[in-house]
Amino acid sequence: MSEIVVKAENLGKQYMIGATIDRSPTLRDAIIKAFQWPGRALRGETRPSKEIIWALREVSFEVRQGQVLGVIGRNGAGKSTLLKVLSQITEPTEGYARITGRVGSLLEVGTGFNQELTGRENIFLNGAILGMKRREIQNKFDEIVDFSGVEKFIDTPVKRYSSGMYLRLAFSVAAHLEPEILVVDEVLAVGDADFQRKCLGKMSDVASEGRTVLFVSHNMSAVLRLTDEAIVLERGRMVYRAPTQEAVEFYMSSGYSQSSERKWSPDEIPDSAAPFHPLSLRVIDPRGQTTDLVRSIEPLTVEMEYQLDAPIQGLRVGIYLLTIRGDLVFTSFDTDSSEVYNQFATRHPGRYISRCQIPSDFFNEGQYVLGINASSYRVKRYFQDEHALTFSIDSMGAPGKQWAEVRLGTIRPRLNWVIEEQA
Amino acid sequence: MKETTSAERLVPSSKETLVLKPTKGWISLNLKDLWRYRELVYFLTWRDILVRYKQTLLGATWAVLQPLMQMLVFNFLFGSMANISTGEIPRPIFTFSALLPWNLFAKALSDTSNSLVANRNMITKVYFPRLVVPIASVLSGVVDFLIAFVILIGMMVYFQVLVPATVWLVPIFILLALVIALGVGLWFSAWNLHYRDVRYFIPFLSQFWMLASPIAYPLSEIPEKWQTLYMLNPMVGVVEGFRWVLLGGEPVPQLALIFSAGIGLLVLISGLFYFRRMERTFADMV
Repeated sequence: MSEIVVKAENLGKQYMIGATIDRSPTLRDAIIKAFQWPGRALRGETRPSKEIIWALREVSFEVRQGQVLGVIGRNGAGKSTLLKVLSQITEPTEGYARITGRVGSLLEVGTGFNQELTGRENIFLNGAILGMKRREIQNKFDEIVDFSGVEKFIDTPVKRYSSGMYLRLAFSVAAHLEPEILVVDEVLAVGDADFQRKCLGKMSDVASEGRTVLFVSHNMSAVLRLTDEAIVLERGRMVYRAPTQEAVEFYMSSGYSQSSERKWSPDEIPDSAAPFHPLSLRVIDPRGQTTDLVRSIEPLTVEMEYQLDAPIQGLRVGIYLLTIRGDLVFTSFDTDSSEVYNQFATRHPGRYISRCQIPSDFFNEGQYVLGINASSYRVKRYFQDEHALTFSIDSMGAPGKQWAEVRLGTIRPRLNWVIEEQA
Repeated sequence: MKETTSAERLVPSSKETLVLKPTKGWISLNLKDLWRYRELVYFLTWRDILVRYKQTLLGATWAVLQPLMQMLVFNFLFGSMANISTGEIPRPIFTFSALLPWNLFAKALSDTSNSLVANRNMITKVYFPRLVVPIASVLSGVVDFLIAFVILIGMMVYFQVLVPATVWLVPIFILLALVIALGVGLWFSAWNLHYRDVRYFIPFLSQFWMLASPIAYPLSEIPEKWQTLYMLNPMVGVVEGFRWVLLGGEPVPQLALIFSAGIGLLVLISGLFYFRRMERTFADMV
């Protein structure tokens, strides 16, 4: 067994919510406070009555030399806080972590980039901020420029770069960091698909060189591809640690998926919607859990709950499905089938649920947006909300996952391929 | 080649151990860590200078124009209107030579005080000794000073002022101005994260402080009985001293120099410790 290079013991980090809300208190408040609590105000301490939250609590784990550990969890589960503590940006409130070796952290690419400076100047500046020595940057300069593919503009101020070029340059500097222990946040989601592939390749190189890596991501495929083991964080606590495949399965299926449901408050519903009254919209996984994260190899159910205060003729309630970029993937209504249409020619007052199932092996990985529409064709549009709910699709186990590449396209069907060998 | 270097890096014996744990109260300055990041000080200073001159139309001309205009205003107010004597030294040189260390100080003070807020993006994303930020801010003003200093030399040639043998002491007073600015700036930069009022307070402080320093008038204009109190302003020793080593004339009272150096060091050391003490909450505050 190789030696333990990261050891976290009972790590905890506490934040005061109140302190973040009025984070720029005025001097006047401070002066008043200084009289009320002499000494305390000078040390920047605030009143103890603020609401306290533990962003991280009792987290203990070990990472051995050369291991690539994934950290997964929902937004707000404490992933970023854990990385911030381990990369020495903020101190833990309790517990400790012992790290052996030079740590490099990438919580963001392009930290400290200055718009006015040229690409060349920013490489040096950013490299220095990430902890590289000047000699080191000089030695790797050509390699960095080459990797980024912005040679032609290297002496142009980065404010004239396209956002893609900017990110490519920023990632290239980061990718050439050579710490013994690398702590990475979701920085892989940069640039176009081509560049993403290149970055993932570079990351795998890093891992195969025997470097220790802590990798945080929402992208389950990337976690699966890059890490051997993963820990699952939930509300600041570590709830699971296992080989990545198991950890991801646990995370995806254990009902930790935060319920995500769209409800409309009265002021979001225009008077013109009457007598249609939307109640809620949700995405449901095959286990019946309301979720915002579904595996592409499983079917998902969309449910729209609403109330009619008066009968409506020819009502159709349906969904729009868009990509996160806003491209419409499809539209579908509950009365698309002519039998159902005839059956519900008039919908009577009452409470309804319109439910449909989207088959498995339909979506590609990514985020999608659900919109809803309730209307009577050529008569009236009662209610419409194009961006009612977002959900994510994880493509773990989808066709073609044996290749570590980004597959383009909105849908990812499982087609029945046949290979015939011709005599 | 590349493989060998990265393999060398992974030799366990080269590793140091870092322990991350909660700290309380006053902590050491950790100058070793600061020294390791000395190149970052250089790069941040270089960035500040580069960006400042790239963003402005007149660039380095400002470093000259600003003290020249100030000098003209002061000469008019204190010379033509109030008719305060400057001794044997020609009035333009008298004022200009005081404005150089003063402007260096004032710029360093305001830049340092705002440095953490200006670099908050870096502070929340990467680790480095936070002291790097205010130190680099102080240093970036030196370039402006040097440019203006060349103009001062030119003026001295024009007015045929003889350079005394004490001229080699000039860097000491520059250093002292930077020490005081950094010391005060360290306190302010940490406060600035908690109370953004500091940003508005600095220009006022700077103005009053300037009037309380012997820039447009000599120390001898202050009534005898108030002089000791007046010298508690550490910039008195700096401004008077700078003028004296460069232009000669009446030597500066020792008390002013002692106060200047003593208070300067006191503020710097206390500032360093206070900064380190507050450092642990920086990333959570911004």
